[in-house]
Amino acid sequence: MESAAASYVSLADLKSSGNALAVTNEAPSHSGCGTKGGEGKASCGTSGGPDDMPSHIWDKVKNHPCYSEEAHHHYARMHVAVAPACNIQCNYCNRKYDCSNESRPGVVSQKLTPEQAVKKVVAVASEIPQMTVLGVAGPGDSLANPKKTFDTFRMLQEQAPDIKLCLSTNGLALPDLVDEICKYNIDHVTITINMVDPEIGAKIYPWIFWDHKRVTGVEASRILHEQQMKGLEMLTARGVLTKINSVLIPGINDAHMIEVNKAVKERGAFLHNIMPLISEAEHGTVFGLTGQRGPTAQELKAVQDACMGGANLMRHCRQCRADAVGLLGEDRSAEFTLDKIDEMEVVYDLDRRRSYQERVEAERQAQHAAKIEALSATEVNELTKDIKVLVAVATTGGGRVNQHFGHADEFQIFEVSAGEALFVGHRRVDLYCQGGYGEDEQLPSIVNAINDCHAVLVSKIGACPRDELVGAGIDPVDRYADEFIEKAALSWFADYTGRVARGEITHVPRGDASIRQGAFTAAA
Amino acid sequence: MSLKIVANLCTGCSACEPECPNDAISELKNIFVIDPAKCTECEGDFDDPQCLSVCPIDDCILPLETEAAA
Repeated sequence: MESAAASYVSLADLKSSGNALAVTNEAPSHSGCGTKGGEGKASCGTSGGPDDMPSHIWDKVKNHPCYSEEAHHHYARMHVAVAPACNIQCNYCNRKYDCSNESRPGVVSQKLTPEQAVKKVVAVASEIPQMTVLGVAGPGDSLANPKKTFDTFRMLQEQAPDIKLCLSTNGLALPDLVDEICKYNIDHVTITINMVDPEIGAKIYPWIFWDHKRVTGVEASRILHEQQMKGLEMLTARGVLTKINSVLIPGINDAHMIEVNKAVKERGAFLHNIMPLISEAEHGTVFGLTGQRGPTAQELKAVQDACMGGANLMRHCRQCRADAVGLLGEDRSAEFTLDKIDEMEVVYDLDRRRSYQERVEAERQAQHAAKIEALSATEVNELTKDIKVLVAVATTGGGRVNQHFGHADEFQIFEVSAGEALFVGHRRVDLYCQGGYGEDEQLPSIVNAINDCHAVLVSKIGACPRDELVGAGIDPVDRYADEFIEKAALSWFADYTGRVARGEITHVPRGDASIRQGAFTAAA
Repeated sequence: MSLKIVANLCTGCSACEPECPNDAISELKNIFVIDPAKCTECEGDFDDPQCLSVCPIDDCILPLETEAAA
C-alpha cells in the first residue's frame, strides 16, 4: 500500500490541472451552474455544450451518456457485471437480492467472467453502433475486484479500441489503483460519496473490510472518507473526469449534502449526481427493513437546487442496473444473455460504427441548432416573471414533444419560468397504455409521479386520462406535438401566464410528487 | 478446525476467495466452498478469519463443527 501513503494534492495544483469546474463554474450561485446570459438559455451542468467547457473536456464528455445530458439522448452505454465482490457494506444495499424486473444499482442477473464480458461488449457494439461507453459498475465494487475489472478493460481495448471505458467505485481501494486506472486510459470514474462526516457515515455504512480486518462504527467511515477524498484528489490531479454519486437519505444526509457538494467541488469533481434512496421492505436492505424512507420528488429537487452553485449537477441519472445495456432509461440486456450471444454472428466493424456515429453527431448538431433558433423567438412576459412551474414532457428523444401519454414510461421534468425552461429530472411511471387500451389502475400512480407539475406536454392523449389529469389539476397539453421541448414549454408558459394576467385563472402552487420505488421493466 | 460456507446463503460474490491465506476457497457451480483440509481459520496469519470478515451475508460462514453438531 505504498501509494496509500501519498499525501493530498494541494488545491493550487488541482486548479492548474484545468479541471472543468474551475473553468466553467464561475457563475454566481443563485443563477445555477454555468448559466450564461444573453440567450436566456441556461446550460446547467451536464446540459452544457461545447461553448461551456474547454475543448479537451468536451471531447471526453460529448458522447458519454452519463456525463452529458444531451449525449444521453443519442448515445448508449453498457455495464458488464464482472465485479461481484465488495469491500464495504452499505445500509441501502442487499447483495442477496436479484430480480430481473428491478432497476437499481447493485442489482444484476448474470455475473460474467472478463472473457464473457468482452464477448458481450463486442456483440452489443456490433448490434448497437451508438454504444460508445462500457462501464464496470459492480454488482459489487469495481476496485474490490481489480483483476477482473482491469482484465476486462485490457482485453476490450485490444478488440474494440473506440469504446470509452469507465468505472464506478465506493473509493475505498481507489488511491491504490489510480495508476492502474490511468494505464488503461479510463477517463471517467464515478465515486459514490454519501458523506464527508464520519459520524453521519456510521449511519450509512455498518462496516468496511480494511487492512485484513472488518472495521465498524465511526472509524470505518473515517477511513472510507479519507480514501474517497484522497482518491478524488489523485484523479483530478491526473486529469481524469470524476462524477460523484450521492444517495439522498432523508434525516441522515439530506441537510449534509451541501457539505458533500462543497467538498467534492473543491477537489475538482466534474459532476455531482444526487440520487434518491430506493428503499422498500421487500428489497431486504437495512434501510428497507428499518422503514427508512426515500425522499419525495420535491425534497430531492430542493437539495439539488441548493447544490446548484457547487459542482455541476447531473439530473438525468436513471439509477440503472449493474448490467444495463442501451440508452439511459432503456435496458436491452435481455437481448444479450450469454446464450443469445453464443448464437450471434459477431463482426466488429469499426468503420461502420464510425460512420453511424458521424450520422448521429450530425443529427444531434442539427437538432441543437434548430432548438437554439426556435428559442430565440421566445418573448419574455415581464408581468408574470416571478412565476415558476414544473411541466412534465412525454418524449421519445430528439428533444421534441413526440410521445403519446399512454406510451410514456417516464416523463422529463422541466422547470419553466419567464424565458427559461430548464431540464431538472425524470419521473419513471408504469406504462399507462398497454396494447392499445389504457389501464386505469396505472393512472393514479402517474398522477402521483407528476403531481408537482402544472402541465404535461404530450403528442396525443386519450379522453379518459385527460379528464383524470384535469381533475387532479394538471393541464394535459397536446397542441405542441413535435415541437422542441423548451419551445413548447415556453409557449405553454406564455399562454398560462397570459391567462393568469388576464384573471381567467388563478396561479396556484402544486403539491409534492412521489418517486417511484418499485420495479422498472423495459418495454419488451 | 475449519470454516464452511453455507451453500444456500452464498451469493457467489467471490469476496472471500482472494482473501484466504491458504488458498482454501474455490468456486463450485457459481458459489464458493472451503476445503477443510486447507482451512486454518487464519490462525497464525490474521487475528480474524478473513473470509468471515469480508463476507456480506450474516451467518453464511460458520465453523464446520457447529454445522455438524446442529
